[in-house]
Amino acid sequence: MPKITYIEHNGKEHVVEAPVGQTVMEAAVKHAVPGIDADCGGACACATCHVYVDPEWLAKTGEQNSMEQSMLDFANEVEDNSRLSCQIKVSEALDGLVVRLPKSQH
Amino acid sequence: MSTGEIKRIIIIGAGQAGGETAQRLRQGGFDGEITLIGEEPAAPYQRPPLSKAYLKGDLDIDRLMLRPASVYVEEHIALLTKTRAVWIDRANRKVRIEGGRELPYDALILATGAKPRKLPLVGADLDGVHLFRTAADVDRVRERFVSGAKLIVIGAGYIGLEVAAVARQRGLDVTVVETAVRPLARVTSPEVAGFFLDEHARQGVRFVLGGQAALIKGSDRVTGVGLTDGAELPADLVIAGIGVTPDVAIAEQCGLTVSNGVVTDRQCRTSDPNIFAIGDCAARPMVHYGGRIARLESVHNAVEGAKIVAAVLTGGKEHAEEAPWFWSDQYDLKLQIAGLFQGYDQLVFRGVMADRAFAAFYYKGDKLIAVDAVNRPAEYLGAKMLIQTNRTLPPSVIEDMSRPMKELVASAR
Ligand SMILES: Cc1cc2nc3c(=O)[nH]c(=O)nc-3n(C[C@H](O)[C@H](O)[C@H](O)COP(=O)(O)OP(=O)(O)OC[C@H]3O[C@@H](n4cnc5c(N)ncnc54)[C@H](O)[C@@H]3O)c2cc1C
Ligand code: FES
Repeated sequence: MPKITYIEHNGKEHVVEAPVGQTVMEAAVKHAVPGIDADCGGACACATCHVYVDPEWLAKTGEQNSMEQSMLDFANEVEDNSRLSCQIKVSEALDGLVVRLPKSQH
Repeated sequence: MSTGEIKRIIIIGAGQAGGETAQRLRQGGFDGEITLIGEEPAAPYQRPPLSKAYLKGDLDIDRLMLRPASVYVEEHIALLTKTRAVWIDRANRKVRIEGGRELPYDALILATGAKPRKLPLVGADLDGVHLFRTAADVDRVRERFVSGAKLIVIGAGYIGLEVAAVARQRGLDVTVVETAVRPLARVTSPEVAGFFLDEHARQGVRFVLGGQAALIKGSDRVTGVGLTDGAELPADLVIAGIGVTPDVAIAEQCGLTVSNGVVTDRQCRTSDPNIFAIGDCAARPMVHYGGRIARLESVHNAVEGAKIVAAVLTGGKEHAEEAPWFWSDQYDLKLQIAGLFQGYDQLVFRGVMADRAFAAFYYKGDKLIAVDAVNRPAEYLGAKMLIQTNRTLPPSVIEDMSRPMKELVASAR
């Protein structure tokens, strides 16, 4: 199973095994990684699953759709490597992915 | 009750609100006992996908779970499934569960949710007639959810229409029966309701509006629905989506103040300071709407209640309430709603319905109170932000499509 590393804002790392086909958000939530709220459960309605994708990995995580882009446009402290983690599907190609979490999701 | 004296917390109801609360209490550093009592067989799960991806068959039950069952063990949360709490003894601070065991608490949280209304009709108990609230309900529906089957949905609220949409995508023959003259009558404006009506009609859903079911026909299995005007519609499957009633049985038993939900203050505290109520079963003051008491039925409200109570009980930073939000997925349409539209006196659009991407803004006087955004996430989030920060934009400005929503929001006072 691909491994994903989540790095909390305070630097704490969580390495999680993420099932292929689920999302980067789901893997975090199911392992109780703090810092991803994901209030809407992946419906692209809450923007509380914001992550910064390690620049090395950005291309592999795929394109943002227009829904995600607009949602991110209103999130706090958005960077070029910002993504909504509920919109990134886990695949073998993402084994080793590193994402950082913002200070707050609100 | 100072937070230091709280060693034992009991949560009644292991749905989204109860499950989130247990989790957030631990995240907030509470290290005493947490007991989460739930009647359903499963650990807390999310209901929204039930009428969407789960009904379609795109998700299995594990993916509905808020957290895998193992997390409750790891976090020392005593999760009692298939267990009903039957009695609260407020004087001695105890909860009795089925079988007679009594559990003491220092703080108690009611998260008992809501119960779907049953059709008050002869034949409502026939095989093939279903409510639509739990994973078990939907598992039974799924067995019969096959192409060509004749489905009658009674009630054209969001759940009814989402079920109709999935059913059409699966090739079922769908008729929606609704007593009001339009769908979504309680939850949106006639204009937005009209848009969804047209869309469903285009997708092949038949509507009987202003129609009332009189009885369900069939001997052991449902064969049809008789209407009060004498018409009869054949059916293989009937799904009732006629709303829910808050589950306040146990709150009433112990004498808490109840009025369309267990009434609480902004901290979700009931009329007993040691008891909190959150989620679909509770009604609390809406800070963005002059403090009027409302009972919401949404994920936002369930999660927010959990955040508020967890902050109170762990002495954490007070949760700043969000503007209420909700969503509904039908076909390729994503409806996102922020705010409460009740009492609006003006409706303004950004974008046009024909493009299948538009937002309807609801005003009361010059105050923006709600938005229904269809495939328009920027308008949804922008309006949500405005409502949350008590700002507004003149209708003539919000209508101006030449300026992006983000810029408009930044200019608002
Ligand atoms: C099909 C469907 C689709 C939905 N779609 C959306 C959507 O798209 N967006 C959105 O925001 N919201 C949606 N909702 C609403 C949302 O799911 C609810 O508002 C939310 O689940 C409420 O959570 P809750 O924990 O308050 O209640 P519930 O989820 O109802 O949980 C309460 C639990 O408490 C248990 N219980 C009750 N009494 C007792 C007792 N005495 N002892 C033990 N256990 C007890 C019940 O069995 C139940 O499991 C949808 C709901 C449904 C049914
Ligand atoms: S989980 Fe809500 S937008 Fe990603």
